[in-house]
Amino acid sequence: MKIDTAYLAKNIRLLVLNMVYKAKASHVGSCFSIADIVAVLYGKILNVKPSDPKWINRDRFILSKGHSAAAIYAALALRGFISKDDLKSYGESGSLLMTHVSHKIKGVEFSTGSLGHGLPFATGKAMAAKKNKKLWKTFVILSDGELDEGSNWEAFMFAAHHKLDNLVAVIDYNKLQSLDSVENTLGIEPLTDKLEAFGWAVKEVDGHDLADLEKQLEAAPWITEKPSVLIAHTTKGKGVSFMQNKVEWHYKSPNPEQFDLSVKEIENSL
Amino acid sequence: MRNAFIHELVALAEKNKNIVLIVGDLGFSVIEPFVERFPDRFINAGVAEQNMMGLAAGMASEGCHVFVYSIANFPTFRCAEQIRNDVDYHKLPVTVVAVGGGMGYGNLGYSHHAIQDYALIRSMPNMLIAAPGDPFEVRACMKYLINNPQPSYLRLGKAGEPNMNLEIPTIFPGKWNKIGKKTSMEVKRKAILSTGATLEIAVNLSKQSEFSEYEVFSMPLWGQSYKVLQKELAVNFDEIITIEDHLLDGGFGSWMMESLSFHSLANLIKPRALSSDVCGMVGTQKSLNEFGGLLNIIS
Repeated sequence: MKIDTAYLAKNIRLLVLNMVYKAKASHVGSCFSIADIVAVLYGKILNVKPSDPKWINRDRFILSKGHSAAAIYAALALRGFISKDDLKSYGESGSLLMTHVSHKIKGVEFSTGSLGHGLPFATGKAMAAKKNKKLWKTFVILSDGELDEGSNWEAFMFAAHHKLDNLVAVIDYNKLQSLDSVENTLGIEPLTDKLEAFGWAVKEVDGHDLADLEKQLEAAPWITEKPSVLIAHTTKGKGVSFMQNKVEWHYKSPNPEQFDLSVKEIENSL
Repeated sequence: MRNAFIHELVALAEKNKNIVLIVGDLGFSVIEPFVERFPDRFINAGVAEQNMMGLAAGMASEGCHVFVYSIANFPTFRCAEQIRNDVDYHKLPVTVVAVGGGMGYGNLGYSHHAIQDYALIRSMPNMLIAAPGDPFEVRACMKYLINNPQPSYLRLGKAGEPNMNLEIPTIFPGKWNKIGKKTSMEVKRKAILSTGATLEIAVNLSKQSEFSEYEVFSMPLWGQSYKVLQKELAVNFDEIITIEDHLLDGGFGSWMMESLSFHSLANLIKPRALSSDVCGMVGTQKSLNEFGGLLNIIS
């Protein structure tokens, strides 16, 4: 199936915008930050079957920064795991679509919300695959602020020690946390050096360069017997100029005027 | 109890290839039989309990029944959120195995006293608590857990506990297990009901003249889902002394009182739990149980 990742990314953003606007929800900036990564994963990389979400040989995908759920729900709708109508209940009372990613939705492996849970869980899946001699891979998206959580570093150590080269992590490095920049909160540089010192194969990429994202993710594992981590340099709020690199769009939801402006800007992109 | 656990685990793992044992760099002189027999199904996750529990959940999501073994405080409070979110919420077959429940490691100090663990675990709706009172009950719990894989908490004592049951009992969650001869025709209207490693204390109490009217039961399997069963069992008695090596708040007696309060029967329960004065004390398990008020019960 030929999938245009640019088309996918643009429509992920539009669906996200509609969801968060209708639900008056937060985290639109976080969703836009990973929209291109998600588009490449669901459009080109993940070996999955929308008609059979539990297909035994599927690649596993974990969203550790669960607050970006809307981007995943949008991708799942665009790929046919769920319907676009399902998205209308996002965040509403009684809905299965909670605003942190939910395993009760077809195609979602694991619910998150508390940060620092996705990588250890993904490591367990990768470990199980190795033990059972399965060829599928496990992909996980983490945020940069999430790296404050010590549990991630426990998992970084464990995955490298056990040579889990079937595990691929993508760090959404938009340099903003919920109150301030990463640098002003708990600086994580030199990030590449740290991750290499923990025993991972590390690459950096422009997290909005669809072709390069695909090239790097397609080639993983980059070093045999090492887990791979792609540091994706991203822009929080990417795609809507007045949201970009603005820390407040971690929490704010667009008002009607901002919604209309955002829709126009995204629709007119590309 | 811990030896009964590992021998039962090895025996059951012979038949069930999905069983995996993960330890948090603990288990010296206990886990070796499993490690030697199934080296490919054993992982030492190191001193990193959050990753250990998330890892266990991830493996369980791929068909493994994962037993996560450590000293009681470590695989519980240190990774409570991983148990809550990753294991319990996702209903994954991870059995948290805590050795040294209660004051089993009394002289190691407060950090190693497991006297609030029931409170933590029983607040999670899908967790089944398995708190055996002797080695026979350990084997019974293990058989139940393997046959019914689910989020679960196996709370063990240490080693050397005598058997109070006459044989491996048949147990079910929320059901009371009568200790002693099953053929007694005498119907007693008072009960001592124990969970976990206090079973020996309960039996010894029943041998004292002032408790000769009491029948001893254990409840090795319990949790939120089984409160509804308690009324029909409790109404057969005029008084039920619950006993546990745990603080009263959030413990087993508290669970029984909550179970019966819906039926205005909570006053049947006379809970006997460790006094919070024991927090911070150092001593043997027996001395701390005594200081905490378990050995000198006056009803």
